[in-house]
Amino acid sequence: MERPVLLECRNLWKVYGHRPDQFLKEHGGNPSGDALRRAGMIGAVRDANVKIRQGEIFVIMGLSGSGKSTLVRCLSRLIRPDAGELIFDGQNILPYTDKQMLDIRRRRMGMVFQHFALLPHLTVLENAAFPLEIQGVPRAKREAQAREVIELVGLKGREDYYPSQLSGGQQQRVGIARSLAVEPDLWFLDEPFSALDPLIRREMQDEFMRLQAMLKKTIVFITHDFDEAIRLADRIAVMRDGRIVQVATPQDLVLSPADDYVAEFTRYVPKSKVLTMGAIMAPGAAAGDVAGELIVTDRVEAVADRIERADGMFNIRDEEGRIVGHVGRAVIIDILVGRSSAA
Amino acid sequence: MSVSETSATPPAPRRWQGVPSVPGWAFWVVLLGVTWAASHYAMDIYKALDARWIIRFPAAWQPDFEGRISAGMKWLLEEAELFGILFRDVTRAIARLIEIPYDLAVDLLVTGVLQGQGQQAQQVLPPLSWIAVTYIFCALGHYAKGWRLAALMGACFLYLAVFGQWASAMLTLASVLIAVPLAAVGGLLLGILAFRVPMAERILRPVLDLMQTVPIFAYLVPILFMFGFGPVAALAATVIYAMPPMIRVTIVALRGVPEELGELGVMVGATSGQQMWKVLVPAARPTLMVGLNQVIMLTLNMVIIASMIGAGGLGYDVLTALRRLDIGGGVEAGLAIVVLAIALDRLSQAFSARTVTLRASQSRGGWAMRHRWLLSSLAVVLVTALIGLALPWVQTYPKAAVISTGQIWADAIGYINVNYFDTLDAIKTVLLTWVLLPVRQFFTGIPWPWGLAAITLIGARVGGWRLAALVFALTGLVVLTGLWTKAMMTVYLCGVSVVIASIIGIPIGILAARNEMSNRVVGVFIDTLQTLPSFVYLIPVVMLFRVGDFSAMIAIVAYALAPAVRYAAHGIRSVDPQIVEAGIVSGCTPWQMLRRIKLPIIAPELLLGLNQTVMLALSMLVITALVGTRDLGQEVYIALTKANVGQGIVAGLAVAFIAIIADRLLEAAARRMRNRAGGA
Ligand SMILES: Nc1ncnc2c1ncn2[C@@H]1O[C@H](COP(=O)(O)OP(=O)(O)OP(=O)(O)O)[C@@H](O)[C@H]1O
Ligand SMILES: [Mg+2]
Repeated sequence: MERPVLLECRNLWKVYGHRPDQFLKEHGGNPSGDALRRAGMIGAVRDANVKIRQGEIFVIMGLSGSGKSTLVRCLSRLIRPDAGELIFDGQNILPYTDKQMLDIRRRRMGMVFQHFALLPHLTVLENAAFPLEIQGVPRAKREAQAREVIELVGLKGREDYYPSQLSGGQQQRVGIARSLAVEPDLWFLDEPFSALDPLIRREMQDEFMRLQAMLKKTIVFITHDFDEAIRLADRIAVMRDGRIVQVATPQDLVLSPADDYVAEFTRYVPKSKVLTMGAIMAPGAAAGDVAGELIVTDRVEAVADRIERADGMFNIRDEEGRIVGHVGRAVIIDILVGRSSAA
Repeated sequence: MSVSETSATPPAPRRWQGVPSVPGWAFWVVLLGVTWAASHYAMDIYKALDARWIIRFPAAWQPDFEGRISAGMKWLLEEAELFGILFRDVTRAIARLIEIPYDLAVDLLVTGVLQGQGQQAQQVLPPLSWIAVTYIFCALGHYAKGWRLAALMGACFLYLAVFGQWASAMLTLASVLIAVPLAAVGGLLLGILAFRVPMAERILRPVLDLMQTVPIFAYLVPILFMFGFGPVAALAATVIYAMPPMIRVTIVALRGVPEELGELGVMVGATSGQQMWKVLVPAARPTLMVGLNQVIMLTLNMVIIASMIGAGGLGYDVLTALRRLDIGGGVEAGLAIVVLAIALDRLSQAFSARTVTLRASQSRGGWAMRHRWLLSSLAVVLVTALIGLALPWVQTYPKAAVISTGQIWADAIGYINVNYFDTLDAIKTVLLTWVLLPVRQFFTGIPWPWGLAAITLIGARVGGWRLAALVFALTGLVVLTGLWTKAMMTVYLCGVSVVIASIIGIPIGILAARNEMSNRVVGVFIDTLQTLPSFVYLIPVVMLFRVGDFSAMIAIVAYALAPAVRYAAHGIRSVDPQIVEAGIVSGCTPWQMLRRIKLPIIAPELLLGLNQTVMLALSMLVITALVGTRDLGQEVYIALTKANVGQGIVAGLAVAFIAIIADRLLEAAARRMRNRAGGA
């Protein structure tokens, strides 16, 4: 059932300061936080291990300065990690030359930037077609392709606008369209919605989910907003001071935080947003009236209304369609009012 | 630019409350007193000690800088070779490279295509008609901004035609048209190199710093030596002179491109060429255009000055008029320069500020619609050329219709001189006897050993021992060249001018900052003053005050006024409004507000403005050698007329050293002041 791994990093290090290579060597490749501080080095990414599976949305989150951007930039080889392995599609691409990377980047990776990174002198159409232009795709073909992605992100009719004539949300749509134009397998998004107003941000998140439902890309998504993380993520990696402190599903993160730092993050999250039926159900099929059926992966928030309004129990099926448990109104209400120490 | 640099320095430890060895004012009073005494009694000291070397640096102690440099240049030009290629051949090749496009431009704008030599030359093709040139510039104006700019362009070029300055203006324009692309592209490429290769930047930076302070004339001497008298030498000098700002702007512009855009380029798999030309350079375009505007204005400035080494055109007209004291001709040519400067400045500024909405609206419509200005310009060129064959006035603006204002100007100046001679003369005499001459005596009297010591002490005082060492070394070099007295003349003239420019400029700046309206009016005025080539300032001054220190001072003050005004206005406007409100609440009168609150706050800013004023004053100072000053500028000028490379370079470097000393001292002083304000 596990999906294949598309990108993996093992013991990845990125240290800023004077001669990081030598520093790492001197400390046996694993300097402590104290050693870093004493040497005046910044451990932007420390010993990161991550497996990103095909088709999942992998969210990296953490406070400002915790090393999220540095980690994605290492994963996309925008910056060269100081140590470790970076395995893309079975190949260690860490020692790849810039030339070798060129091809991977052109065809297999796309990236969306926090501040959009649109080229101000190009129109929406030209911006979206830019990666194809770089590859030398003839004009007619690349513009046709660009038009498709522009329509996909809902900007049809604005092809001839310049970025400065668009709102922030629209600009980021162009950024998304551009990153999709090459049909990448691996899609990096570095805080794509952080620069937007809260309302627009929600709208863009919905839009993003809609796109992902259609495209099923493998996604590495960065955010410092936990709400955003739990809305979008299949799995979340929490970073602190350059280290990945926990990698888990949103639910596990809330239910069993690895340490106080993670707990602090998740404390104010309404449980209904993360808990799934699988986590709260009682085992076995319901004994009395059955009001309906749900799936293990349904989140409380999404189905709470239905369960509350119904009088009977709901049976819960797993992905293979077997009934594995049941849920009733009482449990749901406990969760909604925060009374329960559910699961 | 130095504003942001200095503001980034960390605050120094508080020292103002401690017990400094000497209180601030005492240091300066004692220093001034001793210097005055040394200057006043230099003669007596020398007689008492029988040590003439005190007032005159002995020739025997001077290393022969001039001779060696001249010999070096001579060797370079006659014998130097690299990989078997003679340096001489390199300069010849460069000369050809410049000459071919220049000849083309001159053919196009001035003479037409000629066949045959000298007097028997036959015109095969006419140059662009005056109507066509005017139309093209109107079209450019409309393309860059709109109808109003088109109208301004039309007015400017019509002015040139109607007032009989067409031929000279076109010659000047031809030089500008050739020099600007060379300087801009050269600057862009060198800037890119410096951006890409840290080593290249480390080499370029000090060279650029030096070039910025070496006075314009000093460029001309070695260029003259290498290329000989003529338009090619003038163009070469112009390109070299106009390139450094473009290099700087390019570096700054490329660095200023948001990091994300660079990352975007990498992520979409751009090669390093694509990264530069498809991402970085286009994204840096707005800033680069500002650089281009600077290049254009500097080019015009230099093309005018380079008339001294063979560039024809308006500058040459001014120069000959000045030499003949032909008042009318000088003013006419000067005004034409002003008009051309304004036209080029506004046009290039409009191009750099072209908005996307304008671009979007221009990219609509069919092919002919989008290229309507290009097409119609071509049409006008062809049609006027054809009609011009039959009707000469279409081709060339008719002589009979030229309005000559020369006589009017001559009469006007004559009238002023006749009726206000006494007043003008009185002003001149008062300033000369009470200000200029005493200050001059003071500075030129300072014996070099004490001068060297004093400047070193000042360096130590404002910037510590490293600065002291630097100013000691630079001043020492000036002493070694035997140019001490002339250097002091330079310092005196520059100093007086800067003080007067500040006395006039700072209040204007403060007034300008009072409200939007006055700010705009003063802004336009100052901007226009700054676009004028420095040569132009000499014309009215010479007409009214003849030659001499006084005239030089007026011209320098006028030229160097702008930064004083600008920095004062900017400083006042950037004072934190909350502090002003606090002042109002505690019952300050407007005067108290200015003196007790605003002025102390903006003092560092004023010092930086002073720094710019000094730089402009020094660059103008050298040009005033034309009106008979006796400082380093004159030394360069003499070198130029004698084509003495060694002399020219040595004197030019001496001016540059003075500029560097002033720059470093003022910057250190501003930094100190700001730290003190920050620490208090
Ligand atoms: N080029 C650099 N040189 C030195 N230190 C750096 C550099 N880039 C990042 N750092 C440091 O590395 C650490 C991690 O930075 P990073 O940008 O990855 O954080 P982040 O989690 O993305 O923060 P934010 O949410 O603010 O974007 C920070 O302490 C930062 O100061
Ligand atoms: Mg970041």
